[in-house]
Amino acid sequence: MATLSVCQPQFGGFSFENCKRNTLLEANITKLGYGLPVGRKTGTTICGIVYKDGVVLGADTRATEGMVVADKNCSKIHYISPNIYCCGAGTAADTEMTTQLISSNLELHSLSTNRLPRVATANRMLKQMLFRYQGYIGAALVLGGVDCNGPHLYSIYPHGSTDKLPYVTMGSGSLAAMAVFEDRYRPNMEEEEAKRLVRDAIAAGIFNDLGSGSNIDLCVITKDRVDYLRPHDQANQKGVRSGDYKYGHGTTGVLTKAVTPLQLEVVEESVQTMDTS
Amino acid sequence: MNTRGLRSQLKDSVPVAGLCPQAGPYGIQDTLRMGFSSVKNELLPSHPLELSEKNFQLNQDKMNFSTLRNIQGLHAPLKLQMEYRAAKQIQRLPFLPSSNLALDTLKGTDESIGFEDILNDTAQCEVTGEPHIMTEYKLGLL
Repeated sequence: MATLSVCQPQFGGFSFENCKRNTLLEANITKLGYGLPVGRKTGTTICGIVYKDGVVLGADTRATEGMVVADKNCSKIHYISPNIYCCGAGTAADTEMTTQLISSNLELHSLSTNRLPRVATANRMLKQMLFRYQGYIGAALVLGGVDCNGPHLYSIYPHGSTDKLPYVTMGSGSLAAMAVFEDRYRPNMEEEEAKRLVRDAIAAGIFNDLGSGSNIDLCVITKDRVDYLRPHDQANQKGVRSGDYKYGHGTTGVLTKAVTPLQLEVVEESVQTMDTS
Repeated sequence: MNTRGLRSQLKDSVPVAGLCPQAGPYGIQDTLRMGFSSVKNELLPSHPLELSEKNFQLNQDKMNFSTLRNIQGLHAPLKLQMEYRAAKQIQRLPFLPSSNLALDTLKGTDESIGFEDILNDTAQCEVTGEPHIMTEYKLGLL
């Protein structure tokens, strides 16, 4: 009742009420010897290429929380529309929410225009949203799809800049993957060759970058179909235990056996019905 | 067009006449109605995005209207703003949530989803405003 804000109608969206409290906590918490909770990132390798009939997107499947692996098999290739998929690197929650938001907006847009959505539309929506939040939404994306104008591939940075290129990589393992692309990319490859190239690029990221690991997911998008191969390749498999510490029956020999039956007499018997209705 | 960017939305100076930004009808600090205040809270935002987000819709509208005026003449934004004003008046009582259907259709926000629909959705708020205070404020009695 004391503040004017109560009398005015509430609005949705981001609320900055706790920011001052958070800065105060951040300033004082190191003095107490604790650390602030860190958000889950997808220290990642994601990449995409344009080949003869469409685009191939690839991603690893490790999500890290500081120095610990939070998720060994997370899915980084997100659905945007039936012909457009998006890989996300950066803060996991940001990429998840951003791609879902843009997917919903694209669906509404395509219902309104009565056409299959274009990749350029998704790109424009994403870059405008990310620029609006000045990089505070930590989502680095690789957007790829096939529409009426052919296959397209975009890379979108957290501050809102985009690049339209034939092959892109993002994430902490992007340099390793880009090295493979720069060596072996040719325009108008065949599908199998393209899949092998993307698989090798992601594998380079997985084996040479600590933030990327586990399996390799691929997504092949063409004019007629989408192949979501998860997992395409299980590059890092957990080892199978070769030994067992359980002892089988008969390991210890029995020398003597004495059985003493315990005499019990029933003192009281009461029945409590359970309500099984 | 705003060339100075976000910094220009910070207040550079406090106007002399209004040294007390939360003055009530008696000209002094009105703690009962406005709450506690501090100069730092008034001038500096708690987050770099706070000012930009608060004014985002207004700035977008300003930009769109000025573009429309330059292309089609004064009547276009004038007519649209008249329709907005008319649609904004269709509301339920102040403490009840209004659907704002006509306003949404005019603005085109019925065909898009933003963070204002997902986060802090007013339709799912656990607390409601105090009905008497809000109606009095709306009628100007407070």
